[in-house]
Amino acid sequence: MFYRRSGIRHTRYAEERQLWPLRFDRWLVGLAVALLVAAPLLVDRLYLVAYLLPWIIWSSAALGLNLLMGGAGQIHLGYGAVMAIGAYTCVHLVRAGVPFELAMLAGGLMSALVGIVFGAAALRVKSLYLAMATLAMQYIVDFVISHVPAISGGTQATISVPPVRFLGVPIEGDIATYFFALAVCAVITSFMLNVARTSFGRALAAVREKDYAAEIIGIDTFRYKLLAFWASSFIGGVVGSVLVVCYLRSVSPDQFHLDLSVQIVAMVIVGGLGSVLGSFFGAALVLFAPIIFNNLIGTVTAGLGIEIGSDLRSHLPLMLYGALIVGFLVVEPLGLAKIWDNARNYFLVWPFRHAGR
Amino acid sequence: MDTALIGELALTGALVGMMYGLVAVGIVLIYKTSGIANFAQGAIAMTGGYVAWAISALLGVPIWIALPAAIVLMFGFGMLIELTVLRRMIGQPVIMVIMLTFGIEIFLRGAIPGFLGSAVKRLDLGIPQAPVFIGDMLLNRAYLIGGGISAALIVAAIVLFNSRAGVMMRAVSDDQGASWSVGIRVERAIALAWGLSAVTATAAGILWGSMQGVDWSLSLLLVKALAIAILGGLDSIPGVLLAALIVGVAESLATGILDPLLGGGTRDIVASAIILVTLLVRPYGLFGHTQIERV
Repeated sequence: MFYRRSGIRHTRYAEERQLWPLRFDRWLVGLAVALLVAAPLLVDRLYLVAYLLPWIIWSSAALGLNLLMGGAGQIHLGYGAVMAIGAYTCVHLVRAGVPFELAMLAGGLMSALVGIVFGAAALRVKSLYLAMATLAMQYIVDFVISHVPAISGGTQATISVPPVRFLGVPIEGDIATYFFALAVCAVITSFMLNVARTSFGRALAAVREKDYAAEIIGIDTFRYKLLAFWASSFIGGVVGSVLVVCYLRSVSPDQFHLDLSVQIVAMVIVGGLGSVLGSFFGAALVLFAPIIFNNLIGTVTAGLGIEIGSDLRSHLPLMLYGALIVGFLVVEPLGLAKIWDNARNYFLVWPFRHAGR
Repeated sequence: MDTALIGELALTGALVGMMYGLVAVGIVLIYKTSGIANFAQGAIAMTGGYVAWAISALLGVPIWIALPAAIVLMFGFGMLIELTVLRRMIGQPVIMVIMLTFGIEIFLRGAIPGFLGSAVKRLDLGIPQAPVFIGDMLLNRAYLIGGGISAALIVAAIVLFNSRAGVMMRAVSDDQGASWSVGIRVERAIALAWGLSAVTATAAGILWGSMQGVDWSLSLLLVKALAIAILGGLDSIPGVLLAALIVGVAESLATGILDPLLGGGTRDIVASAIILVTLLVRPYGLFGHTQIERV
């Protein structure tokens, strides 16, 4: 814990440019990965399926949206619709006999294609219009899915997902689905960690900071915004298909309404715009805060003998999401990741707080 | 499809559009003064409806006192939002401020029905139910009165923009720094815009609430209001009048003509489609300034 930086002197650029230049950080990441891999042995089956699995899937989705919102500074209020397109494409292809590996990628491609149509309309003008266009996209996609029987299977219909195999391994039972979701999450995470070190990531950062300035130093801003939109929608589509195959096991239109989009936007803001670690923190807080809060209120009111309305309890998650978004934007716009970073920087040189980094 | 039915649909649509436009005026007002789109407008309309209901039903105040009370309260509420939250975001990127207003929308959607009850509330303004006949066409009296009040309020907003306070707000919208230097209190003008937009939203919330009942679905007015604001040009109040007519008539005709073919639900999609088409064809809207920051 103490003096972690002492004695670490990089002599080559490659060492300085590692993802985690400090040995302590590498140990921490290794420990986290080991815990996640060993989780099926460590925790109860109920916790694995009800908490860990959704956390991993929602974190993947938050990572995908974070590429667009944190990486390129573009707003997206219809990410749930993007995931719905991927999910429906994948399920229909699997039912038609296409191998799941291909169906998943096709789901991503379809999401990227449809997403880019909506993005291209608004990306030519101010970011404000993108917010409206993506909100409109959410409603239009919802409408098309539920009103075209070929997609949804009729109004109020639920399509169940047939058993699928990934590279020969059947994805069924708790352990296989968990590891599959974890593997997809790992791929997306490593992409997100490395994208900031590529020319693509640097171009996005330039566009995010000031698009005029980016244009002047020779970045085609429209092209890069569109690319960011494409990549983010692709990830969204893939995560959507993972979501239905691993977690929901069946697909119906009401799973992908505005609520899901709101949830993921809240995760990105609460976690921290542009932060990979933050997406995991944000997903955890947004997914579990309503549950914990609800239980807390339950025990407190039971202890005090007060009756609390069911209306209030059922609206608690929405209230909490809104309060989290507003609170973090006002108090700590860079989210939980920034709070973590502040604490980490403090302890890096503790007890010499003025030593600097 | 006979002409009487189409005429009836169009006329109803025009009146309904006026009531949507009342919500849109608030969005335009705030955009004009501070340059951000207010995504909380739908929830503020819902809050207004709930407040009017709470004052008249929970406190037992007669409706003709409850309505002005609700409007005054909501004026304060709008100013309060600006004062407590929005003012701290000055200097932040636009994307952050938009997210913030969206966060407020989500919070109000949860908090207001959560504390005041999510079941549909009845808000009776004392408008008789009997329809009005114009030739062969049958008109809902509530729509007629509601549309009339809305149109009057939108015109009042246009008149307001030519008064002293309005000139102040227009100056702020043109150049905040220059307004400061000639002694206009920019923050006061922006707070005033928030208060007034909460008032128009409340009026819309009350009118809609009296027709369909007060519940969370009033916040869905947001999408229609956004469609009207963007079609009229985000910085033009006269644009709202025309765009409200277009959106209302288009929605009503789509419901009447397309619904039997598609199996219902087209009403919710018209506004979204209009947003998308406007962005593709004419992003600055019908009357907006053409120099929208293009990138």
